[in-house]
Amino acid sequence: MAVDAPSPTDARPSAAGGLLARWGEQFDSRASRLMVLPAVLILLVFSIFPLIASGWLALSSFSLGSDGVELKFVGWRNFRKLLTGSQQDHFLGLWSGIGIAGWVLLALAAAMLARWLWRARGSSAIGLAGRLVTAAFVLGVLALLAGTIGGDGAPGSLGTTLIYVIAGVSLQFALGLGLALLCAQPVRGKSFFRVVFFIPLMVTPVGIAYIFRMLADMSKGPLAPLWYAAGLGDFAWAADPWAARWVVILADTWQWVPFMFLVLLAAVENQPAEQVEAARLDGAGGWEVFRDVTWPAIAPVAATVVLIRLIEAFKIVDLPNVLTNGGPGIATESMTLHSFIAWRTQQLGESAAVGYLLLFVAVIGCSAFFNLVASRSRAHEREAV
Amino acid sequence: MSLGRWFEARDIKSMSPAAKLLTYLALGTWTVVVLFPLYWVAITSLKQPIQVSDGPYYLPFVDFQPTLDAWRYILVDTGDATLRPYLNSILIAGISTVFAVLVGALAAYSLVRVRQGVKLGSILAFVAIAAGITASTAALGTPLWATLAVGLALLALFVSTVAPRLKRAVGNNDILFWIVSNRIMPPVVSVLPIYVMFQRAGLLDTSVALIATYVAVNIPIVVWLMRDFFAGVPIDLEESAEIDGASKLRIFWTIVLPLTKNGLVATTLLVFILSWNEYLLALFLSTANTQTMPLLIAAQNATRGPQWWTMSALILLMIAPVVALTVTLQKQIARGLLVGAVKG
Repeated sequence: MAVDAPSPTDARPSAAGGLLARWGEQFDSRASRLMVLPAVLILLVFSIFPLIASGWLALSSFSLGSDGVELKFVGWRNFRKLLTGSQQDHFLGLWSGIGIAGWVLLALAAAMLARWLWRARGSSAIGLAGRLVTAAFVLGVLALLAGTIGGDGAPGSLGTTLIYVIAGVSLQFALGLGLALLCAQPVRGKSFFRVVFFIPLMVTPVGIAYIFRMLADMSKGPLAPLWYAAGLGDFAWAADPWAARWVVILADTWQWVPFMFLVLLAAVENQPAEQVEAARLDGAGGWEVFRDVTWPAIAPVAATVVLIRLIEAFKIVDLPNVLTNGGPGIATESMTLHSFIAWRTQQLGESAAVGYLLLFVAVIGCSAFFNLVASRSRAHEREAV
Repeated sequence: MSLGRWFEARDIKSMSPAAKLLTYLALGTWTVVVLFPLYWVAITSLKQPIQVSDGPYYLPFVDFQPTLDAWRYILVDTGDATLRPYLNSILIAGISTVFAVLVGALAAYSLVRVRQGVKLGSILAFVAIAAGITASTAALGTPLWATLAVGLALLALFVSTVAPRLKRAVGNNDILFWIVSNRIMPPVVSVLPIYVMFQRAGLLDTSVALIATYVAVNIPIVVWLMRDFFAGVPIDLEESAEIDGASKLRIFWTIVLPLTKNGLVATTLLVFILSWNEYLLALFLSTANTQTMPLLIAAQNATRGPQWWTMSALILLMIAPVVALTVTLQKQIARGLLVGAVKG
């Protein structure tokens, strides 16, 4: 046997030591994989298990029997009640028919969606199915809004939530982007604006609801002289559905513009400065610079913040609950509030069913946004790179 | 000076005077929009009931005589009733933030750097076993601990024998997407079963219940944000430490975390703010003992109509620590946000 031809195993000091070292390695590689485990376990217990249990609850009816709580399986009854039964007005709203403007809008949307579907005709079956669901969802939402808003119709908690989400997030994005663009210019006191503009994000929504109740008090609030001057002194916004909804949306906007502003400002400040300068030297005006340089640079970030904000916006509850208590009637009741009120009146099945429908709407709404808008802005980025 | 001057910039990098004026006007307007509500809250906390109900008074000492009555009421007269929710909020938001950031950061790091290689079959086996446990406890009435033990044993057996032979593995991005997608779920969907769970465990209205729930709802955010920060750490550093024999956990603790300090600070602050202000889950899961500040503020509307003055004082008391934290950590947050934003 050749003495000086070490076999690979000789690299280890001894058999026992080799075993230990191997165990150590094994443990280390396992341990680094186990790092994800606590998060997964917590989510399984506090998110996935409740999700499944809640699904079961949504399919049962709940009653207080002689021996405590009693759950009975009732199938789709809770959902039927909300969609076609006694709670239809509450959930879907009061249908008044679609006006001419509504039909024009719907036709336009349908045409755009058809074009979008036609473009993707070559994609896989799953992708096509997803797109079909997205298109159907967008059309359904628009038809619901067109049919319940205006006339003698009234949106239910689904329509109200969608109004909050669409109006609120658009307003917040527009204001946040505008302020970010202004603040990115060479202005003095930038860090002052940054800190001040951030503050509303730190106020608890319950507090914001009360603050806006004080501000919106038309006879004793700080703006009272203005209301009187405008001849609106005895107007009660809390009794007017649209005024009440707008107060909720404005309060929500006050709180969330800072988030949009901060992230978009970071993105705008990070845009390629040389390109901006080159464009300016070529004689491009403010709008051209924004359209050709700034917007392509920040579009992916913009899509991401809007997506984050969309996810949170569907959950709105604190503001309408404290600001208007869902009133007048159910005019400002969001779906989470609807579910909470059902829970409080011990209609657990209905509560869980509303929750599930909210989950459904939020998931499809967010993925529709992702498919229609966000993925395109990212594709754009990839092309640019 | 001709009128045109107003609309011309001196050089390429500066703005024309007119643009400058409009910019400052817009920024100033928004500053007022942000600060005026807070000013109104501040002076309302110095008013007496009559000064609120009598109509708008704007300037202390000019319009009305300020008083510290509301502050005295919440801090001295009912000091305990204020202090307890305050301490609850600090405790619950603080502890849950620490746990959420720790657990979330660990998960995010391992998703960035370690190929998990979980087999699709293992996940299916887990789902099947979980369904089996539920079915046998619910339908056959076998004791939960026994089915749990059998189920865990079966799972361990499967993972150690069958799983290594399977081919289809789940990628890290799939796991990441699954974790983050949990955030889409509205809390109102999961809160009913969570309520029942804690009721069964006798933990309703304890801080444990709120802390555990807040950790769970905030983990997805931490994972989402921290992943980008970790991905930005140059891998050479970690590799050389690994060659020196450091374990992954040690590398994470001593090299990676310090390098991502800004992102960590920004994430921690965001999660803290979210837990500090949370209302709906607290409304379900706590009553008297673990009342948090948002619940206390909401309760000022209870019997005699809204108590605007004490409510205002409480709101200020609640904003103060977060504003102080944010102003102190301003630099780190700005830098942290930049990295997060650039990564998208």
